[in-house]
Amino acid sequence: MRILYFAWLRQKVGAGEEEVSPPDAVKTVAALVAWLKAKSPAHAAAFANMQAVRVAINQEFADWNAPIAEGDEIAFFPPVTGG
Amino acid sequence: MIRVQREDFDPGQELARLTVGRTDIGGVMLFCGLVRDMVGPSEGSGDKNAAAERIRTMTLEHYPGMTEKMLAAIEAEAQARWPLQASLIVHRYGRLHPGENIVLVITCSAHRQAAYEANMFLVDWLKTKAPFWKLEERASGTSWVAARAGDDAAAVRWTKPGAKAAE
Repeated sequence: MRILYFAWLRQKVGAGEEEVSPPDAVKTVAALVAWLKAKSPAHAAAFANMQAVRVAINQEFADWNAPIAEGDEIAFFPPVTGG
Repeated sequence: MIRVQREDFDPGQELARLTVGRTDIGGVMLFCGLVRDMVGPSEGSGDKNAAAERIRTMTLEHYPGMTEKMLAAIEAEAQARWPLQASLIVHRYGRLHPGENIVLVITCSAHRQAAYEANMFLVDWLKTKAPFWKLEERASGTSWVAARAGDDAAAVRWTKPGAKAAE
């Protein structure tokens, strides 16, 4: 599973992307976030305020209860500010 | 058509390219967004430190792949809602300076109303749906631009009445 981070989430995690293999019990985005937070203090800091985090699964906006599967590309980022 | 690029664009040239040889276009609306050297949250407050807080650069980060997908989806939505003869969205990324172009949205229709409305719709939606993030650099350091509630409100007004009733 490929995880991408953008903007200040990328800075807090310290990497723009990483390959992860969460256990089978991790079936939703919310469960994935909980699992990632336990990986390192940097991850915990990046996900400290979930109100300020958005997620996309395979380049489509998604909800926290959305199911995830092996091979998915999951991106975490702040609310967008383009234009 | 949509394009995501680091390079600058020439709005006049883009417009000419879009309308050359066309005789079915009666109205064109062109929006171009530029980088301002605005001061931060206290913008326009006359703060004596304001001059030191002017923006030096604005760096646009984006999500390659999803950006193009979202812009294409937004353009398709505009084409479905309004009778457009042609449209173009160009969005830049990378490190930009005050005065530089950021985004270009051109809508062409037989009549002005569709061109006006579709253009506002495209800008409002891309501000809240296209995965771009702005990093401002000032003398005192850098900071990520926070999303504005006003932009969300501007995007929501284009929600179809039917979609709202279904909620």
